[in-house]
Amino acid sequence: MPFVTPDTTQDQYDAIVVGSGAAGGQAAYTLTMEGVKVLMLEAGRRYDPATETPMFQTNGMAPLGGIGTPDKSFGFYDSTVDGGWEVPGEPYTNASADPERQFRWWRPRMLGGRTNHWARHALRNGPYDFKYRSRDGLGFDWPVTYDDVAPYYDKVEMLIGVYGANLGMENTPDSPEGILLPPPAPRAGERLAQHRARKLGVPIVPFRRAVLTQPLDFTTLPARIHPGNARAQRILVDDMKARAACLWATPCGRGCSIRANYQSTTVHIPPAMATGNLDILPNAMAREVTLRPDGTADGVIYIDKRTGAERLVRARVVILAAGACETVRILLNSKPQGFPRGLANSSGIVGRYIMDTVGAGIGGQIPLLEGLPPMNEDGAGGSHLYAPWWLYKEQAAGKLGFPRGYHIEFGADRSPPAGNGIGEIAALAGGSYGRKLKADARRYYGSFMFFSGRGEMIPNEKSFCEIDPSVKDRWGIPVLRFHWQWSDHELRQAQHMLSTFSDLVVAMGGKVIPRPEYSGRQSISQGGFIIHEVGGAMMGSDPSTSATDRWGQTWDVKNLFLADGATFCSNADKNPTLTIMAMAWRTADRIVEKMRRKDA
Amino acid sequence: MNLESTPSPRVDRRTAIKWMLTASASALLWDQRLVGGTSAPSAARGYGTDPDLMRAYKPGDVWPLTLSDAQRRTVTVLCDMILPADEVSPSASAVGVPDFVDEWISAPYPDQARDRTVILDGLAWLDAESARRFGYDFAACGHMQRTAICDDICSEATARPEFSKAARFFDRFRAVTSGGYYTTPEGTNDIGYVGNVALTRFDGPPPEVLQRLGITD
Repeated sequence: MPFVTPDTTQDQYDAIVVGSGAAGGQAAYTLTMEGVKVLMLEAGRRYDPATETPMFQTNGMAPLGGIGTPDKSFGFYDSTVDGGWEVPGEPYTNASADPERQFRWWRPRMLGGRTNHWARHALRNGPYDFKYRSRDGLGFDWPVTYDDVAPYYDKVEMLIGVYGANLGMENTPDSPEGILLPPPAPRAGERLAQHRARKLGVPIVPFRRAVLTQPLDFTTLPARIHPGNARAQRILVDDMKARAACLWATPCGRGCSIRANYQSTTVHIPPAMATGNLDILPNAMAREVTLRPDGTADGVIYIDKRTGAERLVRARVVILAAGACETVRILLNSKPQGFPRGLANSSGIVGRYIMDTVGAGIGGQIPLLEGLPPMNEDGAGGSHLYAPWWLYKEQAAGKLGFPRGYHIEFGADRSPPAGNGIGEIAALAGGSYGRKLKADARRYYGSFMFFSGRGEMIPNEKSFCEIDPSVKDRWGIPVLRFHWQWSDHELRQAQHMLSTFSDLVVAMGGKVIPRPEYSGRQSISQGGFIIHEVGGAMMGSDPSTSATDRWGQTWDVKNLFLADGATFCSNADKNPTLTIMAMAWRTADRIVEKMRRKDA
Repeated sequence: MNLESTPSPRVDRRTAIKWMLTASASALLWDQRLVGGTSAPSAARGYGTDPDLMRAYKPGDVWPLTLSDAQRRTVTVLCDMILPADEVSPSASAVGVPDFVDEWISAPYPDQARDRTVILDGLAWLDAESARRFGYDFAACGHMQRTAICDDICSEATARPEFSKAARFFDRFRAVTSGGYYTTPEGTNDIGYVGNVALTRFDGPPPEVLQRLGITD
């Protein structure tokens, strides 16, 4: 089974997976390794990292020195295909004209989705994160505990490969022995920040990222991941052998042709294809889930983007993993008889409680980092260190004025210059030009730091999406309309970030690069901007207040499952991708179990 | 490439001419605009949302370059005032930066369209100012004369009020020039970037760097 076309799909599959990113890739991997015949629908084109990744192309080889443009928001070499804040022909709308009340929806249209350009920050939620309402009365508890999910975090980490360290820190779980790969040596600026942050009490420790700092141990991991499944183990042994370790060059956002980091297209899809159980249909824009007369899901209607034709594919089980908001959109656009509010929405909760991550940051210039000798600091193509949230006791004592935490991402910039130039150096040097500008560039290059907070948002009533009553996309599919509002919780948290980062810059002997204002309101990122959107079809224990049970099975349609971030009940300050994969694996395991019991 | 992804408004010739006629341009600017290199927004298309990432691009490969010969002469001289040759690395013009500037101001994207107006108006101002002070255009001036003008406009923070607009131009021009320069192999080497090579291990900074940073543990 291979890539298929609308004319070569089979009449009936065991399962249809809508989406091919972290959730869809993981669900398809788990199902096909267990012998389930899967059709994967992807709205974008086929994408092959082995032949399409610009590994060593320099900014000078790209138009405009590689900078971001409306066509390629994150730079020319970002791996994203046909995506960004706007997707041609596929609009979304906002109910408010006020930018503070708007949500920005970043979407890719490619096999593997946003995992291709993902920063590879692979953090586990901690025990508090699944039950925070029970601790502080805000938001919602999950219907699962950390202990329920931990075995799946273990399996995901073993499969994708994550570097990091076990630190025994509060609400920042360790991994079992033999799972984490060694963390890379910190860079000069990272070491300096770590050293100076100590007197502020900010714990800067190895980050966790899905990058192979050494080859995966194919002699032990496959048996731990797939106990009792000899065929899956064999396939995974071969696949792990084919993944190379990091070569310490090129940013991970370009993707990785040697498969040294995780992308769905390098880790999930190749072994799933090797099982012979996976068909992939690219350029298929899912529109709605259809029902049989008995109220179970029959299949998915999609638009063949090549021809605009509407097609139906059928399966015993349908799994939506299109990305939280796109999954919500499919549910709300599925209106078979008896479901005027959309599918799996008898609770009315579908579309509610969309969450993003609180983001705010500052830059600084550090004289100690000036004029360092040239040294290669490419490293693992992303951050080596970070600071997990550390003020649990102060927060519990009511000293902070906001709930929930944030972690700190930071770095000193010794990346290759890009086409937007060295304006900050010229500004620092008082407008120099000529021979002095060249000397200033040598002196100041590498002396700039950035600090960014990534904090937890509490779900609120004013942040949600619904179907726009009039706007349709180029395929005639009604689009999403967003409503957004940060609450004072998030604004105060952003304010705290700025003051912490300013202290860090000063502790490093540096100067904060001036900004006009430091209020949380002015500095907080726009909703959606951190691209951590989750929620919209929360899981729960009560069918009247949730869309799915604790396995992602919708209450209303027993063979319809949600496997992506849509089911999240909270959005911890840990980046959501690892949790999306762990929960998708758990959902897929449940489906396999039900299929074996003939219950699905 | 996809037509719908092109963010810049498509401006037809008639609209462009109307825009030029109503623009608050001096007679001097007007002459120049007639012969090409107008600051009307580019009507070209961008590289789209799915460009070939594997090939190497040169200025002019994706959208046409638009500087007139006269503008290019001024750009070349000003680039080299900003980044001249020294004992470490060649001048900006020796590594093709004028082409990069042309690619930048000719690009069909909003940020670059804003720079196009600032830079083309600034180039015209530069020639007018140098004609006013010295009797010939900027490219024909000697180094001391060019320096006299650049010193007046090189810093937005300290420029006298009558030069504030010119200082804004100089700042943007310097940013684009440095963007073009430091993305060339010569510029990248000069600034001290030594990565983008495959390594078998990554050990972090050498001991002497850590010592300089006061990190002894």
